[in-house]
Amino acid sequence: MELGKQAGLKPYPLPLRNVFGDALLNVARENEKVVVLDGDLGNSTKAEYVRQEFPERFFNIGIAESNLVGVGAGLAGCGFVPWITSFSSFLLCNAYDQIRLAVAMSNINAKVLGSHGGITLGKDGPTQMGIEDLALMGGLPTFTILVPSDPASMHAAVKAATDFEGPVFLRSSRVALPEIYPMDDCPFEIGKANTVREGSDLAIIACGIMVAAALDAAAVLAESGIEARVLDMHTIRPMDINAITKAARETGAIVTAEEHLLQGGVGSNIARIVGERHPVPMRFVGLADVYVESGEPDDLLKKYKLTSADIVTAAREAVAAKA
Amino acid sequence: MNSPTTITVDVDELQAIANDMRLDILNMTTRAGSGHPSSSWSATDIVTALYFGGVLRYRPGEPDWPERDRFIMSKGHAAPLLYAILARAGYFNRDMIWRLRQVNSPVQGHPIQGLLPGVEATTGSLGQGLSLGVGHVLGGRLNNFDYRVYVLLGDGECEAGQIWEAAMSAAHFEADNLVAILDYNKYQETGPISREMALEPLVEKWESFGWNVVEADGHDIADLLEKFDAVANVKGKPSIIIAHTVKGKGVSFVEADFTFHGRALTPEQAALAREELNGTR
Ligand SMILES: Cc1ncc(C[n+]2csc(CCOP(=O)(O)OP(=O)(O)O)c2C)c(N)n1
Ligand SMILES: [Mg+2]
Repeated sequence: MELGKQAGLKPYPLPLRNVFGDALLNVARENEKVVVLDGDLGNSTKAEYVRQEFPERFFNIGIAESNLVGVGAGLAGCGFVPWITSFSSFLLCNAYDQIRLAVAMSNINAKVLGSHGGITLGKDGPTQMGIEDLALMGGLPTFTILVPSDPASMHAAVKAATDFEGPVFLRSSRVALPEIYPMDDCPFEIGKANTVREGSDLAIIACGIMVAAALDAAAVLAESGIEARVLDMHTIRPMDINAITKAARETGAIVTAEEHLLQGGVGSNIARIVGERHPVPMRFVGLADVYVESGEPDDLLKKYKLTSADIVTAAREAVAAKA
Repeated sequence: MNSPTTITVDVDELQAIANDMRLDILNMTTRAGSGHPSSSWSATDIVTALYFGGVLRYRPGEPDWPERDRFIMSKGHAAPLLYAILARAGYFNRDMIWRLRQVNSPVQGHPIQGLLPGVEATTGSLGQGLSLGVGHVLGGRLNNFDYRVYVLLGDGECEAGQIWEAAMSAAHFEADNLVAILDYNKYQETGPISREMALEPLVEKWESFGWNVVEADGHDIADLLEKFDAVANVKGKPSIIIAHTVKGKGVSFVEADFTFHGRALTPEQAALAREELNGTR
């Protein structure tokens, strides 16, 4: 993937899922209450790193997501900190009601990993893709929702989620993402967006893989004299209302970018806040009402309009729409 | 009685077809650079027996023929096998299969209903196909059709609760035209079934759910045909054929290593596999 090239970001050698595996192992080492539950995908999500070092704290519940969630919730009830792991699609779509009652409504201290979020899992195709996971999570009011954008923020997010008391959803990706933050110095406070580029002509608010794409877009826009602020909205709930309002007030135009359906997605939540606090022209980069198909991640990002070029187009429109 | 479109009763010939399809699956997945060859090879003989052994009644030129027998690939990750058999049965041009997993192609990584003729169900999230089969049984009853419904299940897939919900309902509805085939290769994604989630005693489980249970050698086409024949005469309850199989069947180094799950062979490995499968293309 070319992600981050135009912005001069350093590629990272490992896929984000491997970074998740390392981060999970770190919190398991630090906190003996951490237990890991797998839905027979530990080799893909990389939750298996914990299995290798702490087999007694790792449970493969098998291809049975409803049971997976229920067992995890039971462990939380015994004072453990369960990380319930699978693909975001299987977990959320198969076990939504279990997550709803046993985790969300009960407001227990459980962590849910939705791996292979978005479309960049690529060739396995639409049955495995999580293009609606953030919308589904949105329907569970007590959940904190985290979407890290690079290796350092993945480490920080896994640690923050584990230390946080309450239900947390964390999205991971199959692909490698370039470095946005220094590995040992990533600002990460739940609910507080990071400004990863300053600018006053518009703000691009992105999460996950789209943050690097937004930085690429900002680099291209700068060539024609448009300075874009880029916000890494790593926490989808609680959303950083102040940062969004400030961006609207100070730049006068907003583009949102997400690897997710536009319907019920991050952009629509940001629009609600902008509409209420400080209305400005907005454009939205995300998936239209379609199921994506099998293919190379790069081909899919192009075809379904999730590239930096799509953000640039949206940005020019939003800037042109300013009064 | 059923009058299948394609009847090939010569078991050696069927075995040759199965072998050819293993090559197709190898070449498709290696070209795509991903996919599930080992899961596909595990069930190649079963599906060959179904489509070319005179078991399934189907019309490739009329894929929506209301009275067709149904084949539902519940373990959807064996999509390469489904595409290989549908192409060979004449549902679409064989050139199509080389577009597996490419952008702008109907040959999706997991089967999507409606994109290719002959694909009965969208599968790939495991555990769902048997319920669809029960629905097709009930629909056939309402429509006064005598077709039969075949559903291919993975053994790991049987960890899913929905399988047992479907099993209960099939027995309740006395779905004697429903046949599940369990691809019992003893492995799931992350390891041996017995280590990850004990499934045994399987025969007793299915029997206690009200099913007629028979076991078969899932790589012996003659044995499979005999069992398909036998279960066709069972009345009042659904049947399951527990087919003992080998994951990766046909390629020794894949058979020996479960971590091949969900991995295409590299071109170098594929060359070795091709030699073993005794063909060139
Ligand atoms: C609901 C769901 N959970 C997890 C997966 C991921 N997955 C794909 S194949 C597989 C293992 C399947 O094992 P089995 O049913 O034994 O099939 P085999 O490949 O051995 O034929 C898993 C866990 C999935 N596809 N669907
Ligand atoms: Mg298996």
